[in-house]
Amino acid sequence: MTPFDLMKAKLTRRAFARSALIPVAALALAPMMTPAMSQPKQGGVMTMSLDPEPSILVSALNSASPVYVVSSKMFDGLVTYDKDFNLIPRLATAWTVSDDGLTVEFKLRDGVTWHDGKPFTSEDVQFTFMEILKKLHPRGKGTFANLQSVETPDAHTAVFKLAAPTPYLMRALAGAESPIMPKHIYKDGDPMRNPANTAPVGTGPFKFGEFVRGSHLLLQRNENYWDKGKPYLDQLIIRFIADSASRAAALESGEVQYGAQYVVPLSDVARLGKNPTLEVSTDGWEYNTSVNYFEFNLRKPQWQDVRVRQAIAHAIDKDFIVKNIWHDFATAAKGGPVTIKQSDFYTDDVPQYEFDLKKAAQLLDEAGYKAGPDGKRFSATIDYSPSGDTFRQTAEILRQNLAKIGITLTLRAQDGPTYVRRVWTDNDFDLNIYSVSNIADPVIGIQRLFWSKAIQKGVAYSNGSSYSNPEMDRLLEAGMVENDPEKRRQIYKQMQQIAMTDLPTFPIVYIDWFSIYNKKVKGLNTTALGLYENFSDVSIEE
Amino acid sequence: MKSLAPYVMRRLGHGVITVAAIIVLNFIILHLAPGDTVDLLAGEFGAADPQYLADLRARFGLDQPIYIQLGQYFWNVLQLDLGYSFRNATPVLNLILARLPATLILMLTAILVAFTAGLLLGVVSARRVNTLTDDVISVLALLFYATPLFWLGLMGIVLFSVKLGWLPTGGMYTIGGRFNWLQSILDVGRHLILPAMTLALYHMAIYTRLMRASMLEVYNLDYIRTARSKGVMPRRIAFRHVLPNAVLPMVTMVGIQIGTLLGGAVMIETVFNWPGLGRLAFDAVFQRDYNLLLGTMLFASSLVVVINIFTDLIYAVLDPRIGIK
Repeated sequence: MTPFDLMKAKLTRRAFARSALIPVAALALAPMMTPAMSQPKQGGVMTMSLDPEPSILVSALNSASPVYVVSSKMFDGLVTYDKDFNLIPRLATAWTVSDDGLTVEFKLRDGVTWHDGKPFTSEDVQFTFMEILKKLHPRGKGTFANLQSVETPDAHTAVFKLAAPTPYLMRALAGAESPIMPKHIYKDGDPMRNPANTAPVGTGPFKFGEFVRGSHLLLQRNENYWDKGKPYLDQLIIRFIADSASRAAALESGEVQYGAQYVVPLSDVARLGKNPTLEVSTDGWEYNTSVNYFEFNLRKPQWQDVRVRQAIAHAIDKDFIVKNIWHDFATAAKGGPVTIKQSDFYTDDVPQYEFDLKKAAQLLDEAGYKAGPDGKRFSATIDYSPSGDTFRQTAEILRQNLAKIGITLTLRAQDGPTYVRRVWTDNDFDLNIYSVSNIADPVIGIQRLFWSKAIQKGVAYSNGSSYSNPEMDRLLEAGMVENDPEKRRQIYKQMQQIAMTDLPTFPIVYIDWFSIYNKKVKGLNTTALGLYENFSDVSIEE
Repeated sequence: MKSLAPYVMRRLGHGVITVAAIIVLNFIILHLAPGDTVDLLAGEFGAADPQYLADLRARFGLDQPIYIQLGQYFWNVLQLDLGYSFRNATPVLNLILARLPATLILMLTAILVAFTAGLLLGVVSARRVNTLTDDVISVLALLFYATPLFWLGLMGIVLFSVKLGWLPTGGMYTIGGRFNWLQSILDVGRHLILPAMTLALYHMAIYTRLMRASMLEVYNLDYIRTARSKGVMPRRIAFRHVLPNAVLPMVTMVGIQIGTLLGGAVMIETVFNWPGLGRLAFDAVFQRDYNLLLGTMLFASSLVVVINIFTDLIYAVLDPRIGIK
């Protein structure tokens, strides 16, 4: 059995179990149920806030987070995922994988139309993967490297031909990461300059209404959505509010009913949580979960001794960071680079670096960095991602932590393009703090940080430390083509043990993203995609 | 009066040179900052392959030497083409024109309110100099001048939107609302109150102080003493003899402030989520969106040149002694 068959079997079993359970549950719950609970209310408008404003509205061409948020409402993918990463059908209704793992056949949904009324067919799927995602998606060339062709035996069958088994393929098919694009709109001209990029035509539950830069995006209900009766909302309004205090005020006044990730400062969440009309939840972020990393530039001689890196790992007070910077919306990293939310690959069976300044000092002594008469050993700079205050605050804590073992850190503030150029093009840094989304599978989310082939000038969030270890490369490359889920899990367990032994880059915290929403809003966070889900299940209950 | 045409033409000629110099300077300064649009996009994408990024640079013309890019820009501007914003996937002119009305409505309302109120308060203050009224007005003016705009705005939101629920927290109009034209105007008006008043309070403080000082100065001139000794009524002295002369510095100030109109209200636009040009230019810097920033600069500096010419013409009308040379 291939992993896809396993997934499918699991899905079927679960679906069966669910259908078998429903009558029992319904009976048990019957006295408590009110009519409002049984059927979501049709109609209504939900306003959500988003910042920064997306530059374009199509995530096939731009993988920035705000683009994912808006694009996923208008474009569906072949599948989506429940919270355990089981596949849920969307534009594909069924899939079979050949025993050698080299052919995947998708049955496509009948009777789906594009927002302009044209029918959706397998040609669209072929065009999307071969002409758009493989060529123009920023990550697509890597993710779909093994995809050689998509055959279209009939209008509702798409057959993927792979050069090698691609176990992570099925995890890259959600509407946010791999939206199915309309061939008839994009086949002529440069897709990057297509006017539909700011006025999309998709198959998703919401249709493009208007896009007013600096203000909002208005989406209308797609009356012809294949999932009859859905979406429940008549309109979805996405307002671009740049100021976090204004966002908090808009949530409090009820003008905005949903916001997520950085919607309000972490220090403000507790206050908003006390508001009786609002709900704070960390549910539904399994797919889009992030890890804050600490990175050494191994090109610099002082970091080349692993004892120095271990010393610094011992000098970081993660629990303090979780409490004071993240206000408990994060988990101190006791495991490897895979976040604790991805239970498939997470492991804490790795070398541990508990907060221990004595041990840190001792390791530095052993490495030959003795403290001078003034207690100082050496100084270094630390760069940090400019997106959000948490990175700067973490760097400040680190400066205090490291000062205690005689290392003087200088914080370097800079804006986005300066930061990216310094770290990943010029490699002109000592230490670095940033975060990366894990995105469903280690190949998509983790590999680029540790693979020697990912030492690439100019590519942000690739292997910036210049870490190279043949054993690590071997494991990562084996993980890319291993079809047996259990063997694959072992590969990534080993990989994480090596990562935590060598420490070129290591996790500080696993972020627990939160969303804040008005209690009238139902049906959010039902899948693993959270903010990136298509919102066809969202309703407003008065 | 002499013909205005040669004067205006000469001033416009100077203006074109100024605007060109501003563009060159901005272009160079922006290029001195490390990183370009593709670096920004690379950071946003999370990951991309190097060839993809190289393709983007070629597509955006960022692989060309800086003087070629600058030359290309001027060539485009001569053809009235402000270029393409790659980050926003839209022609720059469309972006600017879409934001212009919001900026004009906000700034003109704020300046009009501030000018009127500042003028009146300044006159009252000057006529009752060193009384309680004067002190109260002066203290208030100082307070509004010294309070950070964003804080004033946020307090307005907390009071009028969150606590009282009278006014919206931000935005320019009700999104998705189906209104006739009258309802639309009222709707925009409702959204305009908080941001315009916040901005107006700040400008009003300046105008009040300026008008008061200017009035007091004119009161000390000989011809006022003459008027007084002739027995002219104080009210008539204030409004017929002092005010027309005292208002000249105000005209200068309004001229300068309209000049800053395009980019002057970034804070207000941010706090109130007002879709104006200030925010557009501000973001363009952080996104290394060269064409967009140069486009807004071109607009802003042209506006300053034109407003300056207008100010001088108004001066000449108000005070015939100044005249146009």
